[in-house]
Amino acid sequence: MNREDFPMLAQDIVYFDNGATTLKPKCVIDKTVEYYSEYGASSHRGDYDIAYKVDQEYEGARDKVRNFIHAKYLEEIIFTAGSTESLNLIASGFFKKLLEPGDEVLITKSEHASNVLPWFSLANTNGIKIGYIPLDDNHYVTLDNVKKSVTPNTKVISLAYITNVIGDIRPIKEIVEFAHQNNIFVVVDAAQSIGHIKTDVQDLDVDFMAFSAHKMCGPTGVGVLYGKKELLEEVEPFILGGGMNESFDNEHEVYYKELPTRLEAGTPNIAGVIALGSAIDYLESIGLDNIAMYEKDLRKYLVDRLLTIPHIDIINIESDSGIVSFNITDIFSQDVAYYLNKYNICVRAGNHCAKILKKEVGVHNTIRVSLYFYNTVEEVDMLVELLLDKDKILKEML
Amino acid sequence: MDENVRREIILDHYQNPKNKETVEDARYIKANSNNESCIDNINLYILIEEGIIKDIKFDGEACAISTSSTSIMITNLIGKTIKEAQEYIDCFDAMINEREYSEEVLKEGIVYNTIYKQGNRKTCALLPYKGIRKVLEEYEK
Repeated sequence: MNREDFPMLAQDIVYFDNGATTLKPKCVIDKTVEYYSEYGASSHRGDYDIAYKVDQEYEGARDKVRNFIHAKYLEEIIFTAGSTESLNLIASGFFKKLLEPGDEVLITKSEHASNVLPWFSLANTNGIKIGYIPLDDNHYVTLDNVKKSVTPNTKVISLAYITNVIGDIRPIKEIVEFAHQNNIFVVVDAAQSIGHIKTDVQDLDVDFMAFSAHKMCGPTGVGVLYGKKELLEEVEPFILGGGMNESFDNEHEVYYKELPTRLEAGTPNIAGVIALGSAIDYLESIGLDNIAMYEKDLRKYLVDRLLTIPHIDIINIESDSGIVSFNITDIFSQDVAYYLNKYNICVRAGNHCAKILKKEVGVHNTIRVSLYFYNTVEEVDMLVELLLDKDKILKEML
Repeated sequence: MDENVRREIILDHYQNPKNKETVEDARYIKANSNNESCIDNINLYILIEEGIIKDIKFDGEACAISTSSTSIMITNLIGKTIKEAQEYIDCFDAMINEREYSEEVLKEGIVYNTIYKQGNRKTCALLPYKGIRKVLEEYEK
């Protein structure tokens, strides 16, 4: 649906790599151009009209984000460069000073690198331990397994809401409830979920959450860190400089601003933030529930068709998101991706930055199709038809 | 070169790669080659004695182009002196990057002489060369 909104789809391509980044609707592209061509001044500075307009747009986008994820306060929305920066900011700005040797952070083997490496770094600097919540037979996280994994040393549980290879939607609300009963913080990497299912941070009661604009029809290079106000107050800015300081005279007299500005040093990605606001308007006009339902139906259609092909092995048959990972017997995933590229079909091949997952699922690399609402049954048919004949793939993949 | 012949050679080296085995012999120098797409990943094991490449083996996981290119490279480098090997490597690199090269030096390696048309596969064909270069430079030191 809504294909006409996406200039990229005017080309003869089938875009199935939405887990990496989504396409941008014209309204988002136009908003970026609007900023640069109509009021391209800096934010939070200047007393002239267009500077005021920038602030209105920039802070207006913050309020759109707040409303979109149902956060309580505006100050709980921090603009960053993306999920990766958000997660790093939390690990090094909050948990680094809080965690002590022997404290444990629980993650899973199916996390993206950006929800693994910041914790590995703390393991090396702070002597914390990394624990892994075991995945069930479908590679899902269950509340039971979370309960079994928690020890008296567990201080943090950090999970993707939806994982980027398996595509399972984690029971975050239940996990948070249990975690908080045990004084454990919960960090959620919402990169893969934010544009696909409704998010209500107050209902979930998560402590911190990270996401990127570009995976929700917004521009690249901008993202959000959400944190409960009382926790964000404790976050040490890890980037210092202009915009975030109140005053300074010498190294002993430095005063930082209040939230959220304190954590947004330097001239921000103004165009990106404003365009993220447009992406939110756009997604809300379609409706997150409609998007989720559409994706689920299309995914089922794709999986049902793939299941009829004997040389295809699906890693995640059951999954509620739009992600399908599979392999073709005896053909390297990258070769399949190159083959499909010859028909202008864009899919991802590889380990999708989930490098510790391979031991868990026993497969190193996969072909990943990640759907979005602008994908169609016809596109799925085209893909499936091209995968029916293994000899054809072998013949044409080079 | 006839397209069918080209495909047959590449597929044969992909499906039945030569010298593909893990080596646990300390006399061999080990080098890893991987590329940015974080997917192709091969190890090379090279035995050099008195300036001559006596043996090369490889293991790992990689696409058809990388695997076949490794198999062909190894077949052509065994028995060569370091200098001859470097000449071969430079020649292959020249072909991939559309500079002048000698077909005679490359032998079966010329099956990749049209790979430049698929920019994103150039790195696949060059993958084993990254590893072997590292080893030869190290050896020269």
